[in-house]
Amino acid sequence: MSQAAGGPEGKRFLRPVRQSVKAPVTEQMTPNESDQQARATADAVARRSYGKLVAFLAARTHDVAAAEDALSEAFASALEAWPRDGCPANPEAWLLTVARRKNIDSLRGLRRHELASDELLSTTTLVQAAPLDGEIPDERLAMMFACAHPAIDASIRAPLILQVVLGLDAKTIASAFLMSPAAMGKRLVRAKEKIRQAEIPFRVPLPGELSARLETVLDAIYAAFAEGWTDPGGTDLARRELTAEALFLARLVVHLLPAEPEALGLLALMLHSESRRRARRYASGEYVPLAQQNSSLWDAEMIAEAESLLHQAATLAAIGRYQLEAALQSAHVERCRSGHENWAHIVKLYDALFVLCESPVVAINRALAIAELDGPATALNAMPDESADPRLAEYQPYWAARADLLARACQYDEARHAYSIAIGLERDPAVRTFLERRLTLLMG
Amino acid sequence: MQYLLLLHAEEAGFMRMTPEEQQQGMAAYMAYTEALTKAGALKGSNRLQFVATATTVRVKDGKTQVLDGPFADSKEQLGGYYLIDVADLDAALSWAARCPGARHGAVEVRPIWAM
Repeated sequence: MSQAAGGPEGKRFLRPVRQSVKAPVTEQMTPNESDQQARATADAVARRSYGKLVAFLAARTHDVAAAEDALSEAFASALEAWPRDGCPANPEAWLLTVARRKNIDSLRGLRRHELASDELLSTTTLVQAAPLDGEIPDERLAMMFACAHPAIDASIRAPLILQVVLGLDAKTIASAFLMSPAAMGKRLVRAKEKIRQAEIPFRVPLPGELSARLETVLDAIYAAFAEGWTDPGGTDLARRELTAEALFLARLVVHLLPAEPEALGLLALMLHSESRRRARRYASGEYVPLAQQNSSLWDAEMIAEAESLLHQAATLAAIGRYQLEAALQSAHVERCRSGHENWAHIVKLYDALFVLCESPVVAINRALAIAELDGPATALNAMPDESADPRLAEYQPYWAARADLLARACQYDEARHAYSIAIGLERDPAVRTFLERRLTLLMG
Repeated sequence: MQYLLLLHAEEAGFMRMTPEEQQQGMAAYMAYTEALTKAGALKGSNRLQFVATATTVRVKDGKTQVLDGPFADSKEQLGGYYLIDVADLDAALSWAARCPGARHGAVEVRPIWAM
């Protein structure tokens, strides 16, 4: 992984690193220096290999929680041993050896009531049966497939992946997903229990079923990214960091499955969104719609990378939702940069997307594109009907889009009504201010 | 790893079928059972009599209560089961998807608690 997006210092790996450390004296370094070096090494290993070590430990036992606990204890041991004895040449192997021993101890102890003795013996063999020399096999992808298995509740898949692959703690994840830490903790525990008790396999699915199963993994990663986006102003640190973590996961999937067009498409989509982060708010914190963004604030490097990924995906000739969404972003960027109207192309992309996933969200965005091409009256006819889908009644983007189209069609009374509902439903104060301003313009 | 496939379906649906359809249905179950046996996955299987024959027993405060009827009064009833031994949940789910019961009802897959 050459381009791994770094995670937040101190947020990740809290459990392993924040153990108390005795600082023994060595001849070469002062206690403080050796202590710092041990911490730095442990932190680097955690960053580089946390998910890899958990996946390796859990792949054989299906017990993610036990693997996490064992690894956490191994990190604590490392912070005691490394300042005293020096950092090992292969810290991953050192941690794995200690974690395995702890894992076996805990299997012997805590879970005895569930395991028959011959089963315990075979589990012990499984935990031990792996090479300690050389590269640790990367089973993170197999673990992600277990976490995003159709048998796991869809809404917990993204948090689960964030925890087991990246080591984020339940509290950080809970705040990003607007849930109480206790409730999030409980749901994560339950999901891990299901993986263990139902023996959900740690396996990358066979080619025939790969693309269908990959979808749930990609959806989970995108859900994590979208949660990060709900605070695009970046005032909430936990959320902003979530987009970086989601990018890391998407890069990991692309790295491990380089010939899956939808994985490439998802990464391209996320890079496109991320490239405009700085342009989405004025210095005052107010929301800036795409058409008014200052394109010099866009991250040109990210856009170039997204474009190249999208080209690469196109050569694999299997269109999908994420590639289409990335292509839409690409078309918007192209229009804003060149000034050439390309709404007909954009409506075509939305048509294709609507065929793939007939969601009201796609229908709303498609209607907004149609407004640019054929005017607001045609667009209003293309809007989904709230009587057909009651969820729309409390979906802010539906009311904001409706309000905008009605105002452009000079139906001011209805537009004001729609703006009021949109404002009432919005949770981001910057967007609320933006909508209030539009409403005030209609009042005058 | 052993899993119990619990077959839930609307009993009335079976009664509405013509004798030919019922026979076809039986044949589908026999073929499925045969396939499970051939694969060495079958541990046990039974069809249950209609839910009208069910009796539910509870012991409350030392007193035995016997009630006519099933434990759960739902639109779909437990009508039979397969006990299978396969590698993991994916294997169990793919057997569940092949079960004729999944087409006219629902198959609940439950891992067995190993003792």
